[in-house]
Amino acid sequence: MAGKGIHIEGLSKRYGEGDTAVLALKDVNMHVAPGEVVGLIGPSGSGKSTLLKCLGAVIDPTAGRMVLGDEVIFDDAWKVRDLRALRRDKIGFVFQAPYLIPFLDVTDNVALLPMLAGMPNNEARTRALELLTALDVQHRAKAMPSQLSGGEQQRVAIARGLVNRPPVILADEPTAPLDSARAMAVIRILNDMAQRFQTAVIVVTHDEKIIPTFKRIYHIRDGITHEEAGEGRSFD
Amino acid sequence: MISLAGRDILHAWGKFIFTGVGLGLLIGVTLTMAGVYRGMVDDGKVLLDNSGADLWVVQKDTLGPYAESSSMPDDLWRSIRTMPGVAEAANVTYLTMQVARQSNAGDQDVRAMVVGITAGEAGAPGWPPQLVAGRQITRGHYEAVADIATGFQLDDVLKIRRNHYTVVGLTRRMVSSSGDPMVFIPLKDAQEAQFLKDNDAILMQRRRTEANPAFNRPGVPGLLDAVITSQTGNSSVNAVLVRIQPEFSQEEVAEPIRRWKRLTVYDRAQMESILVGKLIATSAKQIGMFLVILALVSAAIVAFIIYTLTMDKIREIAVLKLIGTRNRAIAGMILQQALVLGVIGFVVGKISATFAAPLFPKYVLLTPVDSVFGFFAVLAICVLSSIVAIRMALKVDPAEAIGG
Repeated sequence: MAGKGIHIEGLSKRYGEGDTAVLALKDVNMHVAPGEVVGLIGPSGSGKSTLLKCLGAVIDPTAGRMVLGDEVIFDDAWKVRDLRALRRDKIGFVFQAPYLIPFLDVTDNVALLPMLAGMPNNEARTRALELLTALDVQHRAKAMPSQLSGGEQQRVAIARGLVNRPPVILADEPTAPLDSARAMAVIRILNDMAQRFQTAVIVVTHDEKIIPTFKRIYHIRDGITHEEAGEGRSFD
Repeated sequence: MISLAGRDILHAWGKFIFTGVGLGLLIGVTLTMAGVYRGMVDDGKVLLDNSGADLWVVQKDTLGPYAESSSMPDDLWRSIRTMPGVAEAANVTYLTMQVARQSNAGDQDVRAMVVGITAGEAGAPGWPPQLVAGRQITRGHYEAVADIATGFQLDDVLKIRRNHYTVVGLTRRMVSSSGDPMVFIPLKDAQEAQFLKDNDAILMQRRRTEANPAFNRPGVPGLLDAVITSQTGNSSVNAVLVRIQPEFSQEEVAEPIRRWKRLTVYDRAQMESILVGKLIATSAKQIGMFLVILALVSAAIVAFIIYTLTMDKIREIAVLKLIGTRNRAIAGMILQQALVLGVIGFVVGKISATFAAPLFPKYVLLTPVDSVFGFFAVLAICVLSSIVAIRMALKVDPAEAIGG
């Protein structure tokens, strides 16, 4: 049974038709429980980005089943009508680069999502400030993204991913541009936040520094996932 | 919900202001071009208004006296004056020429329309209706009233052909249909200026006439003198301006003049259509073409600017779409930025046109109607120009925000 978190069974994705068809994902099976952070690793071209786009409801899987929380969102076809709202309300994204909106200050970068969901501006900003405080960047709340360091930007990006309290966060190489200390700090934050908000976090990474920190890892090769136990080292 | 467009504009305000000012100068040129056209039309209407006439009696089958040359005997006004419904009738001549001001610093000439007005009282048809300085012409010769746009001042001495005139009065907004300021002089002087030849030409004409046996007959004494006198005299005017009695309609007065005097008569509406529809029609089309080109250039510039601004934000747009921003919010952001650019441009354009208009040598009339129309035209252009950028933004794949 899926339970809470995210559960994926037999997910596949085919690009093209006929002789030119490419099966990017063949048989993906994953389960990430609430509060758990798992790693998704694999060589280039293994299907990591395709899987991330399928999980992020950005592209359509060809077949399979995805359950998010208690809701079946895909069962050989999308079961939700508004994928945009699904991404906004149920999925948090953290990218390789923070991709903060350069013309919004830190608070509004985080508060934008709940505002898009219809939350009053003041309430959305209050929630954003709570998260910024939890991530220890509340002192930069009024700063513009260009005034932040790389680590601060990534923490703000994590706050944005969490602000709508989604059941799952998809983190795409979140530590790639950071040095070891900052990379570890980001992973610690993701773990803390996953615990605090009971969010399932999938971290796609190549980063050798952080791979030993995962308790569970999904390897993906030629579109097929294999689960293995991680080392689960401390972040220090 | 916060205004994404507003925040982006505040964030990059320098770029928007700078771009808006550039666009504004282009819009200013467009508004000024429209003002030039309005000024030409207004010059024509002012010419008709200031003539003080209800009817213009001109040479048969001509569009005179403004759009074509018209010549008619200067005694016709008497018989026209006796026609039913005619309250006043006055001869008038019009001649556009270079008028020189003589001064110690040397002669300075100005392009002007010299108007010959019948001796009489101020307020008669053809007379300048009001002065801003000095007095009306009171003598039969060698006095002039000039429009201040000529640059002449009271007591300046003007040279028109062979005669000198003292400026005794100044008037304002008395211009020809082509915008040349007017100089009023007595009719007899104006007839001389228009029709009198120089001394050499007169002498040669007399020799030619004396050599012609048809005019120089030994058996008919006095014939040669009579012919020479008729040749050197000038008894033509360009038009007779008629003011009608209130109880008559224009057509009731015009029709008998056409029928019995064998002349062409135009009322105010007809004369206005000649001036606007024929005299300045080509210029109006020319300006219209410029307006179309300027509008297209403005649209292209706005489209290019908005497109470039949107291209700079492709990654942010992908992120916005990925995190759930609706297409209409993204389209609204681009549209609002285009409209803000248009508003900045219009304000700058309106201000620059207002300050630049008096510097033009001809009258530039900026009407509120044109400004309102221009404002909405700019907004329409901005909306149309933003379509390309909006289409591009809506095509952005949210997957672009995810690597791989």
